[in-house]
Amino acid sequence: MPPEMPLEAHATRLGARNVTLGYAGAPIVEGLSLELPAGKVTIIVGANACGKSTLLRGLARLLAPGPGAVHLNGTEIHKLPTRALARELGILPQGPTAPDGITVSELVGRGRSPHQGWFRQWTDADDDAVAAALSVTGTLELAARNVEELSGGQRQRVWIAMALAQETGALLLDEPTTYLDLAHQVEVLDVVSELNARRQTTVAMVLHDLNLAARYADHLVAMKAGQVVAQGPPGAVLTAALVREVFGLESVVVPDPVTGTPLVVPLGRRAAVLRPRLRQGVPA
Amino acid sequence: MSVLHRTRQPAAVGAAAGGAWVRQQRRASRRRRAWVLATLAATVAALFVVNILLGSYTVTIPDFLRLLGGADIPGARFIVMDNKLPQAVLGLLAGASFGTAGAVFQAMLRNPLASPDIIGISYGASATAVAAIALFGVTGAGVSAAAMAGALAVALLITWLARGRGGTGLVLVGIGAAAFMQAGVTFMLSRADINNAQDVMVWLSGSLGRANWQRVAFLALALLVLLPATGPGVRQLRGLALGDDTAAGLGFNIQRARLLLTVLGVLLAALPTAAAGPIAFVAFLSGPIARRLNNGDTSLPLASLVGAAIVLAGNFAAVNAVPGTTLPVGVVTGALGAPFLLWLLVSSNRTNQGG
Repeated sequence: MPPEMPLEAHATRLGARNVTLGYAGAPIVEGLSLELPAGKVTIIVGANACGKSTLLRGLARLLAPGPGAVHLNGTEIHKLPTRALARELGILPQGPTAPDGITVSELVGRGRSPHQGWFRQWTDADDDAVAAALSVTGTLELAARNVEELSGGQRQRVWIAMALAQETGALLLDEPTTYLDLAHQVEVLDVVSELNARRQTTVAMVLHDLNLAARYADHLVAMKAGQVVAQGPPGAVLTAALVREVFGLESVVVPDPVTGTPLVVPLGRRAAVLRPRLRQGVPA
Repeated sequence: MSVLHRTRQPAAVGAAAGGAWVRQQRRASRRRRAWVLATLAATVAALFVVNILLGSYTVTIPDFLRLLGGADIPGARFIVMDNKLPQAVLGLLAGASFGTAGAVFQAMLRNPLASPDIIGISYGASATAVAAIALFGVTGAGVSAAAMAGALAVALLITWLARGRGGTGLVLVGIGAAAFMQAGVTFMLSRADINNAQDVMVWLSGSLGRANWQRVAFLALALLVLLPATGPGVRQLRGLALGDDTAAGLGFNIQRARLLLTVLGVLLAALPTAAAGPIAFVAFLSGPIARRLNNGDTSLPLASLVGAAIVLAGNFAAVNAVPGTTLPVGVVTGALGAPFLLWLLVSSNRTNQGG
């Protein structure tokens, strides 16, 4: 490390400018610009098929940005060599599949790929990075196990460990809590949030649960039909009006009794049935 | 870029101990792999020796060494030096080549059915080789060139026909291509002026019966170049095995890796086909057996040894199973492979996953 570099990590800056993303000529996201706050956790929410995952894939260079560009620390990512990009930007796609018979430590070890090359072989530093990723995600004791044998929550933590072993400055997670029960969802999000606190990793993730999103996001981005509808701190952004606009759902937003962040309580036809029976109902 | 200069994470005590634990784990599995590799190499060596010394005409080890030294033992010299030894060497090389090709395709396409003998690449090589011989009178290296062209053409064709249909689509298209190519081989053989049944069998199911030193030398030289080239390929295969998105996120160039691995796999399937015919199911069987021996991880060196072992064992059985008759090795490997194929079709249908 050059001596003039300050000791604290520089948070990675990642942003999209005027990107148009889609598959086979049908754009899903059109002319979108979004700057991820450096060193913060950004959570993207929106209805199904609103372009959240497409945006994340565009940020990760899994899709071409059309006429626009995605910038990483001021450099266009399409101009970076693949492996150099992978040392700075990690992505965990939705529902990744592990090869049959792979062990936890091997899978996490593959996160070291961008740091290896033709002549740079596996080193002790790689082992240390794998061990650190395993211990941060609480999967160190699973290291020798087969990934297939793990529970859904364990498996997801192992995948996150793989992304962590990559030691990137920015990390993109596409629905990292899908298929997990509530306890495991919280567990996974805690891991991500601790990682962000410890390494100032710039995180962007797609999440479905609005209440968890409000709790874990520094910056909340709401999307609808391929466009950003609102963004900012969850307390300022997440309102009943936004939930109506984005999800077409009537709701009541109250402060989370634990954290004070917005808590979305959906109304629905069932609420109308239950309410007259209750003495004190939900605030109208 | 900032990450390049980032300080190492102040390692917690647990993580430091974890590093040692992870290292220990990795070394243990590497040691295990070395053991399996050594055992398998010894097995292949034993099968190789058995093929030369035992069977219909037995040779003692001292006699064999004298023959290798150039001595002339009447009767033995021809059988060993011009028949058994080239057959065994060709079996070793062809098996290793088929085994590697199979493992490359199966791992790349994440489907155990996607081996070059199932998806028509070996039969493509066979068809063009037969066409070159029967229609144009090509010999020697020209046959290998024709086989490579045919294998590449089939690979391109099925990739194009199955575009956007995923791995299963490619396998289905490939099975169709294999049947078509096999029909082509049969057609050309029936039209051509080939009266020797063994010649026909070479191009239909593979046989070591036509082995000679020229074929052995050509295949050996080609493999000397191709097998080391699979070294970097293993890294790419490990990446691709994680799925395209994850692999791309880890810095793998998916398109380039696929192209290089396809070319490598096609050549490794075509060259032994030109020398010994499409020995049935060797490519198909080797990868999964090697994975089983390797705790489920793809290993090309292991797959090549498994392939060599299958061909050598199959050849010994083919030569000696029926007294007085020499079966082509492909008949034996085909008989071994067919039940495995059935089992795989049934079980992959149930769990809906390959690998």
